[in-house]
Amino acid sequence: MVKIKFISLVGLLIGFIVSFSTNINATIIHSERSLYRNIIVEDKAELRCLKFNVKHRKSNQSCFFKNNPQKLVFNYTKLLFSSLLLIDQPKRILIVGLGGGTMSNTLHQLFPDVAIDNVEIDPAVISVARQYFNFIENDSIHSQVQDGRIFVKRAILKKKKYDWIILDAFNGDYIPEHLMTKEFLQEVKQLLSANGVLASNTFSVSDLYNHESATYHAVFGDFYNVRNTTNTNRIILTSQQGLPSPDKMALRAAALADKLSPFGINITDVLKSITSTGQLQDWPDDTRLLTDQYSPANLLNQK
Amino acid sequence: MGIELLGGRILAPYFGSSIHIWGSIITIFMLSLSFGYLAGGKLSTQNASLTKYGSIFIAAGIAILPIALSSEWIMESIFLTIEDSRYGSLLASMALFFIPTIILGMLSPYSVRLLVKDKNESGKVAGVLYFVSTLGSALGTIITSFYFVLMFDINTIIISFSLTLVLLGIMAIFLNKFSNQSKIYQTPQVGTQAHG
Repeated sequence: MVKIKFISLVGLLIGFIVSFSTNINATIIHSERSLYRNIIVEDKAELRCLKFNVKHRKSNQSCFFKNNPQKLVFNYTKLLFSSLLLIDQPKRILIVGLGGGTMSNTLHQLFPDVAIDNVEIDPAVISVARQYFNFIENDSIHSQVQDGRIFVKRAILKKKKYDWIILDAFNGDYIPEHLMTKEFLQEVKQLLSANGVLASNTFSVSDLYNHESATYHAVFGDFYNVRNTTNTNRIILTSQQGLPSPDKMALRAAALADKLSPFGINITDVLKSITSTGQLQDWPDDTRLLTDQYSPANLLNQK
Repeated sequence: MGIELLGGRILAPYFGSSIHIWGSIITIFMLSLSFGYLAGGKLSTQNASLTKYGSIFIAAGIAILPIALSSEWIMESIFLTIEDSRYGSLLASMALFFIPTIILGMLSPYSVRLLVKDKNESGKVAGVLYFVSTLGSALGTIITSFYFVLMFDINTIIISFSLTLVLLGIMAIFLNKFSNQSKIYQTPQVGTQAHG
């Protein structure tokens, strides 16, 4: 018993030293336990970050440069702008999963006239975004505390349509399984306007990757994968109208380049990160689809 | 317990996966189990027999079928009438799980009645019964949540539970016929596990 206690004490000490040395300049300015998770707001040099779970390495949810709030920090947020290569002038945007509200703020600055609905399940995340991340809300930008699936179902009943839907409700630790099924994607499709675009930021690895791809393909047909080599996440980019030609996308990229560069987005690089499943289908044909009946997404993601 | 776990999955598409979903499901299960215990105890005072015991199993097996077969339209109509997903999920849990869980709850006191032969043994019998039924619940929970959801559709799992219950009911009734013929009374050990 004494030996075990000693070993665990040493382990604890080492843990302390390691965590202290890696976070040497980070100050936690806010932390709370919400209904769903631990929320931490941390300042480190010029960065302010929202974190959900300290123990996990990939815990950063949202970050911004305090001296240059406009410039985007994360690669995946930049990659989400690949959506603009599929659609001209989105008017109504839906964001599921608020984080620090970075995406909403950026879109508001880019297109001051668009209407944005933000949906977030955790009320604590919304108040943290307001307090520490300058999350902007006004007559055209709203946020609502609701489960994404319920919001989508109710929005269909209200006959709402969106030109651009951004699904950012997943993180590396936990996947809301009812937001990855065939039925949910069919509902999202109903909510897209005639030329609407869906961009999902997902983190699936191993077995789930195939199941997820097969499910999106079953609902939308061929889609674009947008990713860079350094991260495990990918953006799944689909459109109500089908995918535009590479030439058309290159034209849009050229037109957008100057507008997006102040935000740290190099749209030409983003264009290069796009691959089509029409050219390369990287999952087996007989992959089982994720449905409301069969959705063990979190179990599939860890095998 | 297997059904209770699947309840979260069944409700999620209409009522989300927030914490109140589990609140609704657990409330309804506890409520209906309490009524079930009362009803089962009462029923056991009126000519208790293995045939009646088997019939409760069959009734439970039939009562859980709507969870698989009619949950879609039940949940949809509740979703359309009630905006607040707390009360929506509570009502949906009520509609789907209340009756089958009452019937399943009746099995416990009825088992006590059938198994107790001697007043001095009653505590021991009740102890064994709690042991078997709670252990069954634990097994049902882990097997459903760790393995069944990876292999089968929810409806397949529910229908298998239903078939198992009906089969156990039929076995109890046959066992009764057989023991009546040979005039040797047999105890229904196997039945108690179905509570899980």
